[in-house]
Amino acid sequence: MTAAWSRKDLLGLEDLNREEISLILSTAESFKEVSTREIKKVPALRGKTVVNLFYEPSTRTRVSFEIAAKRLSADVINIASETSSVRKGETLIDTGRNIEALKVDIIVVRHNYSGAAVMLGRSVKASVINAGDGWHEHPTQALLDIFTLKEKLGRIEGIKVSIVGDIAHSRVARSNIWGLTKLGANVTVCAPKILIPPAIEEMGVKVVTDIDEALARSDAVNVLRMQFERDGESAFPRQLEYFKNFGITRERLKKAKKDIIIMHPGPLNRGVEISSEIADGLNSVILEQVTNGIAVRMAAMFLVAQANENISHETPD
Amino acid sequence: MKLLIKNGRFIDPGNKIDGIRDILVENGRITEVSAGIEARVDNTIDAQGKIVMPGIVDMHVHLREPGREDKETVASATAAALRGGVTSLLAMPNTQPCIDSADSVKLLKEIIDKTAKSHVFICGAITKERKGEKLSAISELKKEGAVAISDDGVSVDKDDLMRQALKAGKEQDLLVISHCEDRSLCPSGVVNLGIISTRLGLRGISRESEYKRVQRDLELAQKTGARIHIAHVSCKESVDLVAQYKKKGVKVTAEVTPHHFSLTEDALLGFDTNMKMNPPLRRKEDRDALKEGLKSGVIDVIASDHAPHTENEKEIEFERAEFGVIGLETELAASVHQLIKTGLLDWPDLAQKMCLNPAKILGINKGSLGIGRDADIIIISPEKEWAVKKEEFLSSSKNSPFLGWKLTGLVEYCVVSGSIAYKSPG
Amino acid sequence: MKEKAKLLDKEAISRIITRISHEILEKNKGSSGVCLIGIRNRGAYLAKRLAVSIENIDKQGVPVGILDITLYRDDLTLIAQQPLVRKTEIGFDITEKNIVLVDDVLYTGRTVRSALDALADLGRPKSIQLAVLIDRGHRELPIRADYVGKNVPTSHKETVEVRLLEVDDIDEVAIVETE
Repeated sequence: MTAAWSRKDLLGLEDLNREEISLILSTAESFKEVSTREIKKVPALRGKTVVNLFYEPSTRTRVSFEIAAKRLSADVINIASETSSVRKGETLIDTGRNIEALKVDIIVVRHNYSGAAVMLGRSVKASVINAGDGWHEHPTQALLDIFTLKEKLGRIEGIKVSIVGDIAHSRVARSNIWGLTKLGANVTVCAPKILIPPAIEEMGVKVVTDIDEALARSDAVNVLRMQFERDGESAFPRQLEYFKNFGITRERLKKAKKDIIIMHPGPLNRGVEISSEIADGLNSVILEQVTNGIAVRMAAMFLVAQANENISHETPD
Repeated sequence: MKLLIKNGRFIDPGNKIDGIRDILVENGRITEVSAGIEARVDNTIDAQGKIVMPGIVDMHVHLREPGREDKETVASATAAALRGGVTSLLAMPNTQPCIDSADSVKLLKEIIDKTAKSHVFICGAITKERKGEKLSAISELKKEGAVAISDDGVSVDKDDLMRQALKAGKEQDLLVISHCEDRSLCPSGVVNLGIISTRLGLRGISRESEYKRVQRDLELAQKTGARIHIAHVSCKESVDLVAQYKKKGVKVTAEVTPHHFSLTEDALLGFDTNMKMNPPLRRKEDRDALKEGLKSGVIDVIASDHAPHTENEKEIEFERAEFGVIGLETELAASVHQLIKTGLLDWPDLAQKMCLNPAKILGINKGSLGIGRDADIIIISPEKEWAVKKEEFLSSSKNSPFLGWKLTGLVEYCVVSGSIAYKSPG
Repeated sequence: MKEKAKLLDKEAISRIITRISHEILEKNKGSSGVCLIGIRNRGAYLAKRLAVSIENIDKQGVPVGILDITLYRDDLTLIAQQPLVRKTEIGFDITEKNIVLVDDVLYTGRTVRSALDALADLGRPKSIQLAVLIDRGHRELPIRADYVGKNVPTSHKETVEVRLLEVDDIDEVAIVETE
């Protein structure tokens, strides 16, 4: 009851303590109910403006934030890099300040450079929510993953979660590692050696390169999207190779717990990191993750907006 | 013009003096050092309670002029230098044009003659345009007055070219300063490779990319018998290599920057681009090894690697921001703060690392205050604390990693060639 | 904070619950179509007590729901401590029902205003009535209660504290002076 949220921004889970993460999750529980109503809207952010500033193409995260904002009665504007002055060489800080001059309350930013959201948060008074920055963090994705796990398993403390895939280049992995370990879960990361970043054990995770070993110990597995796009023509055989060695298939799951939870942040590469059968199967909670994303993002926007109002009331101009 | 500095704690590492002395300066030179000088002079400074020592010789400074006067000019850099107690500096050649020919040295000398407030020495480029393909006209550089050669900012990747450079350096009696980095090992890295690069989701620069190149260059120095100076050593392995080759009798000297011995990679956690430099801030054990190297004498020199950049080049996404930090105005106080206050070094040691050793390595008549020497003298309040503030920098750029820090030791006066060139406003 | 007077004790609260139950049944001609919705936090417990009492009298249960009005408040930033957003738990359709909204203290009327907005988003009741344990006056909106446990004249410097067994380990209502 005493937990309070005092941050104007949500930039990553590394910065947050256990209580803050728990507060977002419990707030999200309340917001989940709103989406089940016939009138899926509450006036909590009425009169507030949210800008989705996306420097990387993303439909699902943007749409999820947009729906979340609208269910809170905020007005939402989408700015994509293709149409913005980014292409004309404007710096991120200038873009942020211009958006702020339009009296925007929350900027949701997705950027291809690590640290971009942190920098934007420092430069504007508006609240900034990180919707993914480079390889750094994607806090709302991790929160919705954790929310889903908690819904399924009833707790996070002590559960065993494996994160499988391109850990080195994954902001989803990093945010999940911070969030899960802070809440007391046992986290294992599993990938080919080349996709494991140096010293990651120091983040409090176990590293394995054998997928069967990872699966055998897990209550849940979070399967990351493999991105082979950069590699052009040579990608196809490598995809098959990856699927053979790390793909989540029915065969592989025979050795895992019967009720193991299968998660994936989407979009799916069927037949690359996960078989269709498993993605659509009984263990999969992939679509529930999507639903929960709205509740988590509503909670995040509500909390930062509220804290920012308190901050601006405290500091007279 | 006669100047008398009285009652100060006089430190002259060149003559191994550390005691209360008066110093008489006439016509730009030191004419007398003793206790209780009585003389008719034009100007007297009472230095009671202050340190009086040779002006700092900073052998690693990027002036940016000619070419990038928006970042820094010879005038602004030398003003900044004096505020930091630096009376002589070595200008690195990575300007536009690059200092790789007689003409470019002449151009730079002209600017220096017109605008410099401190002494400026010139470092020529090892290779044409620092491209690592063809040697510069090294004998011409020497003839025009360059005191060293370096491609600083990048390494000379080709082994044979580096060998030729060292040979030429030896023939011309020119110091070769090596920026040691094998970029091919860590393309597009921006911070130290390790837990911090992992946490931040940034590409790393391995320690290996530095020390492997240190090893190559020391091997080449050994084979050629040339003198080599390793710039901005950042990791433990490099310190160990320098120690090892010194023992073998290789003519190697090494330098460290205040930011590398003051900070660790943890400073990167907020994505502060003022903590982005090359080589990057390393681990705690590296920082400790650098300090240990200073104490043991493996590392000879403290230099700033002053690298000004405009706010436009720093206030952008971390990966796009320029590498480098300014350091002229904070190097002394950061050193006092980190090395003297902690008891690691004493003042005579510091004067050696910042004044005498760099002057000796460069072969210039600075860094010591014997009778007849150039009167480049600084007077310091050794205990005075001051806060590093953006608006007080005299450098045109403000990209300091020490912003907001409280440092110790304030430069009260700089005497350059016998005249008071700087007096602290405080 | 200084406690000035006890307004109600355990027995008094219990008698009020019984009385209001009778009044609700009388006004609605029985319990059919009546639903109780308590406003978090203490209104929810009072609603549950009323439901038990009504069932005792009428031998017929009435549905009870809990309403969290945090998202509907117009004074979020004026509250020193941020209220936690908690769940609204209304497990029935409120459309065409006679809703009795239950709260502990009626003061400015803003909480009730928020609750009315919240209910409007959940459906279209036939009627909405208001039951409160204490009405302390000082209304800022045109809102009045249909069922009042006790009218208590207060000053703005005072607060009415309702303490309930379910959360406070005691049943009592006190008037407290704030500095």
